[in-house]
Amino acid sequence: MKKTYRIEVDCANCANLMETAARKTSGVQTATVNFMTQKMIVEFEDGHDPAGVMQDVVKACKKVEPDCEIFL
Amino acid sequence: MQELIVNILLLAVALLAAVLQLIGRKPSSGMTRKQKIMLWRILTAAVLLLGLQSLGAGAFDSLGGAGRWLRLALYLVDYLVIGYDILRKAYRGIRNGQVFDENFLMAVATLGALALAVYENGDYLESIAVMLFYQVGEWFQSYAVGKSRRNISDLMDIRPDYANVERNGKLEQVDPDEVEIGSTIVVQPGEKVPIDGTVVEGTSTLNTAALTGESLPREVQTGDAIISGCINMTGLLKIRTTKEFGESTVSRILDLVENASSRKSKSEDFISRFARIYTPAVCYAALALAILPPLVLMLGLGQSPAWETWIYRALTFLVASCPCALVISIPLSFFAGIGGASKAGVLVKGSNYLETLSQTRIVVFDKTGTLTQGVFEVNGIHHNQLENDKLVEYAALAESASSHPISKSLQMAYGKEIDRSRVSGIQEISGNGVTALVDGHAVAAGNEKLMDRLGVPYISCHSVGTIIHMAIDGQYAGHIVISDVVKPTSKQAIQALKSAGVYKTVMLTGDAGQVAHQVAAELGVDQVYSQLLPADKVEKVEELLARKRGKEKLAFVGDGINDAPVLGRADIGIAMGAMGSDAAIEAADVVLMDDDPMQIAKAIKISRKCLGIVYQNIVVAIGVKLLCLVLVALGFANMWLAVFADVGVMILAVLNAIRALFVKKL
Repeated sequence: MKKTYRIEVDCANCANLMETAARKTSGVQTATVNFMTQKMIVEFEDGHDPAGVMQDVVKACKKVEPDCEIFL
Repeated sequence: MQELIVNILLLAVALLAAVLQLIGRKPSSGMTRKQKIMLWRILTAAVLLLGLQSLGAGAFDSLGGAGRWLRLALYLVDYLVIGYDILRKAYRGIRNGQVFDENFLMAVATLGALALAVYENGDYLESIAVMLFYQVGEWFQSYAVGKSRRNISDLMDIRPDYANVERNGKLEQVDPDEVEIGSTIVVQPGEKVPIDGTVVEGTSTLNTAALTGESLPREVQTGDAIISGCINMTGLLKIRTTKEFGESTVSRILDLVENASSRKSKSEDFISRFARIYTPAVCYAALALAILPPLVLMLGLGQSPAWETWIYRALTFLVASCPCALVISIPLSFFAGIGGASKAGVLVKGSNYLETLSQTRIVVFDKTGTLTQGVFEVNGIHHNQLENDKLVEYAALAESASSHPISKSLQMAYGKEIDRSRVSGIQEISGNGVTALVDGHAVAAGNEKLMDRLGVPYISCHSVGTIIHMAIDGQYAGHIVISDVVKPTSKQAIQALKSAGVYKTVMLTGDAGQVAHQVAAELGVDQVYSQLLPADKVEKVEELLARKRGKEKLAFVGDGINDAPVLGRADIGIAMGAMGSDAAIEAADVVLMDDDPMQIAKAIKISRKCLGIVYQNIVVAIGVKLLCLVLVALGFANMWLAVFADVGVMILAVLNAIRALFVKKL
């Protein structure tokens, strides 16, 4: 399943860090952060609840870039 | 003297921050909360620094021994106000194992300068001012990038916010996502068409500029298919939806454009790879600069090592080396390029395709639907005994029962409603034509075989196309030529491509050789391959691919309906006339919304401009950086120059990137 979330992040490098962090989160098949459109596209692995996984993704992203926002 | 300049600079920064803070109160400024907080910090730090500077070291010295430490404490507070987030990010970077980034560079450089100043009880100003100006630069960058990002996104934003549905005689605005296939929606003048569908009531003029870049309005009436994203200009329309919102043209286009910047180009890859090696390399170079020259001076030449000088140079080296100008401006250039292209009706599916497009030197066309209209039209009437209109009328009536494309074009040429009651006794003779009684006359319309069969002498035609001979009451009445029509701009388009640096144009077609060569000669196409089956087209393209030299790229242009395999095989596949054709949007790398072949040259020019800007930014940014680094290492530049070079190049690069958005005059 694929979902798109609006994010707020202000540097391109921070966006890359978020992308890497999101990809490493369990339950996430793949994640793409688009800095220019301020969007995060997350593809979830089967059998994982997106809402739950996203909590972890937010945590992981906050760790690498405390200034970022993900609007769930 | 330098002190005066510094004070003026600080004052300017403080004033600028205050003014920007005021501007930021207006919601239209688009400043984020974070940017406003940063402005306050810049303002506070600049004012505090200005105060400390005007007090001077003397005021603290009069306090005795404690004065030195009080002065240090106040400067430290100022330093933390402006730079605490950089220190925090640098620390976090180290903890997360990503040591070398710009925060690390700045933290080490300013902390080092601060330590040197403590050691000498001297000039704390420099490290704080460097941090301050760095933050001003960062603020400007974040604001400029945010603002241009929003501008570009707004420009591409053709997303309709709502759909009007009639319920119990009242119009209700609903989320377009909730509208089911087959429901009827109402589009008022001035509104966007939210979902693809068919007009069931009303006539209007549509503005398709947001989709095609073409400003000529389009007329629609009951029964016409209508695609989302157009703006209804004049009349009220009722539309029965034929697709869901998510599958509608507007959603698909937005999806495509928004995801375009996720496909990275080689230049972007180069920059991220470059940054990955560059930052550590600079750090080690700085370390070497701090250690090696003093050691050489001390051990090799027997002079004083001058540690402070070399450490200061090493720190300046770090400040000068920040790669932000590159890292931010390259993706921004591509984003602006893709945005500008989509505004002109050219959808590019990724930065990488924009790059490939700019290297295109060979363009291969599929004839039908690309250079020609792909619809058959009556193109000539020869040797006729009757008036042209009359002849076409008879032909159309005789062929009225047939659904063959040829009879369709005859009916279209006739242009009026067909009165079936005037026709009787229609007989289709397969592979020959038809005979029928029209208004009591025996009309025969068909090819030469039909004329032979009826024993009517006929005149052969020299024109290219499908010839329909007509006989009325057993007498030869002339023939009608039906052929595919070349698009009015095709010839110009080929010339435009030539002047855009394409040295070879090739046309592929399934048509007979005679037709193909005539069209090619008329348009000025270099090479023609005719009588090709779809599979042969792939083969021909592969042949051409094998023959091209070096880095040049081959583009294939098709209408996307039946040439998906060829679109996929070419270096870059361009589909045109994509208004409403899903197949084209799927298969191609570049999608031209309009039918106009002129758009191909335009797309190439847009990509060239964008790539030009990218290279300018790469060269200027790296060039200035290297120059600065050399000057710093040789001791010709101080930290001030370093930070201004950094911020200045970054601002120039961002402004240059925005130029990629302007593509109108290409």
